[in-house]
Amino acid sequence: MPQFVFLVILFPLLGVVVNTFLTRRWSETAIGWFSSAMVGASFAGSVATYATLLGFDESARHFQQVLFDWIRVGSFHAPATLLVDPLSCVMILVVSGVSFLIHIYSIGYMHGDPGFRRYFIFLNLFVFFMLLLVLGNNFLLMFIGWEGVGLCSYLLIGFWYADEAKATAGKKAFIVNRIGDFGFLLAIFLIWSVFGTVQFHEIIPRLGSFPIGSSVITAICLLLFVGAVGKSAQFPLYVWLPDAMAGPTPVSALIHAATMVTAGVYMVARTNFLYSMAPTALEVVAIVGGGTAIFAASIGLVQNDIKKVLAYSTVSQLGYMFLACGVAAYGVAIFHLVTHAFFKALLFLGSGSVIHGMSGEQDIRNMGGLKAKMPTTYWTFLAGTLAIAGIPGLSGFFSKDEILWKTFSSGHHTLWILGVVGALFTAFYMFRLLYLTFHGQFRGSRSQEHHLHESPSVMTVPLVILAVLAIIGGYIGLTPALGGTNPFEHWLHPVVTQGARAHTLLGEASHEVGALEYLVMLISVVVALLGIWIARSGYLRQASWPGKLSKGAAYNTVLNKYYVDQIYDTVISQPIVKISEVMAQWFDLGVIDGLVNGVAAFFGWVAGGLRRVQTGLVQNYAVLMAAGILLILATLFYRVLF
Amino acid sequence: MLLTLSIFIPTAAGLLILMIPRRMETLQRYVALSGTAVSFILTVIVFLNFNGSTSNFQFEESWIWVSSLGITYHLGVDGISLFLILLTTFLTFLCIISSWGSVKERIKEYHFFLLLLETGMVGVFCALDFFLFYVFWELMLVPMYFLIGIWGGPRRVYAAVKFFIYTMAGSVLMLVGILYLYFNTVDPVTGGRTFDILLITRQCHFPLGIQTWLFLAFGFAFAIKVPMFPFHTWLPDAHVEAPTAGSVLLAGVLLKMGTFGFLRFCLPMFPEAAIRFVPLISILALIGILYGALVSMVQKDIKKLVAYSSVAHLGFVMLGMFAFNLQGMAGSLLQQINHGLSTGALFLLVGVVYDRRHTRLIEDYGGIAKGMPLYASLFMIVMLSSIGVPGFNGFVGEFLILLGTFKANITYGVLGAAGVILAAVYLLWMYQRVFLGKIVHPENEKLHDCTAREAFVLIALIVFIIWIGVYPEPFLSRMEPSLQAVLDRIQEVSTAAPLVP
Repeated sequence: MPQFVFLVILFPLLGVVVNTFLTRRWSETAIGWFSSAMVGASFAGSVATYATLLGFDESARHFQQVLFDWIRVGSFHAPATLLVDPLSCVMILVVSGVSFLIHIYSIGYMHGDPGFRRYFIFLNLFVFFMLLLVLGNNFLLMFIGWEGVGLCSYLLIGFWYADEAKATAGKKAFIVNRIGDFGFLLAIFLIWSVFGTVQFHEIIPRLGSFPIGSSVITAICLLLFVGAVGKSAQFPLYVWLPDAMAGPTPVSALIHAATMVTAGVYMVARTNFLYSMAPTALEVVAIVGGGTAIFAASIGLVQNDIKKVLAYSTVSQLGYMFLACGVAAYGVAIFHLVTHAFFKALLFLGSGSVIHGMSGEQDIRNMGGLKAKMPTTYWTFLAGTLAIAGIPGLSGFFSKDEILWKTFSSGHHTLWILGVVGALFTAFYMFRLLYLTFHGQFRGSRSQEHHLHESPSVMTVPLVILAVLAIIGGYIGLTPALGGTNPFEHWLHPVVTQGARAHTLLGEASHEVGALEYLVMLISVVVALLGIWIARSGYLRQASWPGKLSKGAAYNTVLNKYYVDQIYDTVISQPIVKISEVMAQWFDLGVIDGLVNGVAAFFGWVAGGLRRVQTGLVQNYAVLMAAGILLILATLFYRVLF
Repeated sequence: MLLTLSIFIPTAAGLLILMIPRRMETLQRYVALSGTAVSFILTVIVFLNFNGSTSNFQFEESWIWVSSLGITYHLGVDGISLFLILLTTFLTFLCIISSWGSVKERIKEYHFFLLLLETGMVGVFCALDFFLFYVFWELMLVPMYFLIGIWGGPRRVYAAVKFFIYTMAGSVLMLVGILYLYFNTVDPVTGGRTFDILLITRQCHFPLGIQTWLFLAFGFAFAIKVPMFPFHTWLPDAHVEAPTAGSVLLAGVLLKMGTFGFLRFCLPMFPEAAIRFVPLISILALIGILYGALVSMVQKDIKKLVAYSSVAHLGFVMLGMFAFNLQGMAGSLLQQINHGLSTGALFLLVGVVYDRRHTRLIEDYGGIAKGMPLYASLFMIVMLSSIGVPGFNGFVGEFLILLGTFKANITYGVLGAAGVILAAVYLLWMYQRVFLGKIVHPENEKLHDCTAREAFVLIALIVFIIWIGVYPEPFLSRMEPSLQAVLDRIQEVSTAAPLVP
């Protein structure tokens, strides 16, 4: 059993420790390359892990490494144990690989920032928690990674904390995530109450005694999904992700597009043994996913901030992944997760390169014609745009198309239509973004034009590598319909069919290639081309319809993101603060403390009254004494006589 | 002898300080520091030699004190008191260091009272004789009264009197309870009455009606101390007015007297009554969690905010304890330690800026992270621990508490978990307003960062904050046998009268 797996998570942690205590006097370059090397080492470890798994027989491709006993109280036991199987292996490869590229890119992007060292500490810490999340062999360890990445996200969104809005965005991300984590936490409690363990491999054999559709398992799945909705920014908890763009752009690429936000998808895929037994929960996942896919895409249609467009695009693409999970095509969801990691990291880094070149400008209305000045950025960005739009031959096409096909073939025709319309939107908003940014005339200020430059090679080389991956990455999952054997699905097969019940529920997917599959494929391609054509007419040819539309009420509603943020603010945030203020002022100080002080005052008053009795005048005492004696005598007489 | 020494060496150091001439202030400080350091080291020795596999009391010392009345000088530790004692000596030691720069008036008396307080606190946790226990219990009040009343803020006298009388009111009822127990227990050896806690616990089999009254008598004293909603209003006043060290010990140790009391007396002595009180206590604890968090959110004074957060945190402690299962109780006990470390650290942190700016109002700050990066980082770590972020101590405690509560009663578990969200809200909001954004008050531009001494004290606490978060095993395993013993007592009676789930 390979004992080196712990190194995969140890290297980034080492980066955090060394950077915290030892590199105070190092140069920027040294800090940047050291941190990148730590993640690179982690990637090398992941590759070695992959090679090891390959050497195993297909059915035996999993092993665990026990690190130490973390929490053990009575019958509750959560060890710090790493689980390596095809799923976690894919995840560590993607996480460490993409992170490595983004670390290198950051050396150029963050050049000259006073918080350079702090930035790399947080980034390494993030990689550590993310790897822990995917390698943990139990729910609790996964939760540590889960909250840990949330924490790093909070720290990095508010990285430029002197800007109040950015600090607020960080706080918002943390709190919205916490709402999701509340669900996750309850799910863990329920899992432990029901199964008596929180370790994945111990739960699976205990599932046998539950019927399919068992209400308790459905409840567990739904609670877990609440967590996923928070972390993976699905409706209604997606609100934090667009605001998260306040962080440095490489952070948006790494955390808010390529890795952390996919944790929810990973979690559903990881716990497929539970979801496959809860058809109702799957249905909910599919509906939330499909709904978010089109909802977020529609907001993306009209945004003018280059990063906001990409942010809503991410929310929408995550929706597609959940749609795949919801139709029990977990492998396909992970496939899209991988290709999305490539092209979305690429797009964000490309946008970072644009922002860098444009001296911090993010509004695409002030850009235009950057193609000539930033050729590498343009061509790589184009590759990413084609990939996400679903143009055949590029990675996004393969994965998104398979999601749509699985949705259709599993009988979810309405959701399929949503997905197809979402694909139309995606192609449109991406090409609108591309045209406005890189084509046409430059619309920015003179000084911006003067400073406009292509980014240094430390930034463009990662772009090129990611562009290559965004183009060819899809071939790992080439379906039989396209003449492949789908090696990716085969690789994940042992994990996504865990729990014997999965087969009976889902049935063995038929490998026969039908005409219907080609038709569905054709429709998505046509739709993508249509989206591009519309964007072309509106923004490259500059037809008059975008201007007319922008005066309509519908446009404003979408531009303002359906006013969801405002609704949350008036319906939830403000009332809570108001109620709290009333409680603090009126109830706590007034009623409760008032009672306490009232009791004290009462005793004071009584004492004050009693004090008056003690006048010090002998006559008074004599009178009282006489009265007392009379009273006693009267009582005695009364007793004796009656 | 170890326990006696760790209890009374601080007093001895305190008396020594009284004999040192007033002008030799540094010497007084060093004597206080050595006294607390020795006491701390002794308790560490106790910890290292503690046998974690038994629920029996260890390091027992027993001498007859007043034989005619059945009073003994009886001390001992078990897995419940062990960590509370360590926490006490550790925090007091750190308090002396932190007072080095911030307390400049009446240094002699200040240290004397602080050391006397330590004796009282450690004594309470070690005492195995009710008479002795009560002596230590009341002994604590006096120095704390003076610490608040002399070195406190503008409304110090009001706060000190309120603290004293409120706590006294509870203690008197407890005294009645103790006397009742005394008159109903017979020492099998001497045949006379006894104050011995172990004997009383063993013989304590009262009918439910009497148990209920006794539970109320003790419980009222402890509920004030915890403090449980609605007996909490003395706490914000006392905290705001107390000097930093006073707040640290008040939150870190004195509040634990209440929770410790429930665990040591109310549960094993009156188990049937305790079972009856589960709904009441759990609901009050839940109100404390949610109410404390909400009220905390809108406080304008940082110290008051932290004080109300204690109400919420102690709500968790009570909730877990009354789950009556191992997970909940272990979480509850661990969370008592965690709260001592984290809230203690928070008060120390507030003290750092208070020493510089002499204000605790949130609105007087803003953007200070820029000038005080180390301070901001330390504050961040402590805050995250208080929020209960995984990787830090608070998470392990809260998780176990909620796990146990959920197992015992799903509704309580769900409501308690909701409180976890709120903790993030009030602390992050406060952090943002104090540290982030731009500097709006010019006075805050030249604040100097933590001194080495301030940083040392905080880092010492942070080491434990992270240790318990990452590897709580050495703590949890030593608690388990003693908690199991308490639990056995409860289960014994609950089999006769089935437990309401």
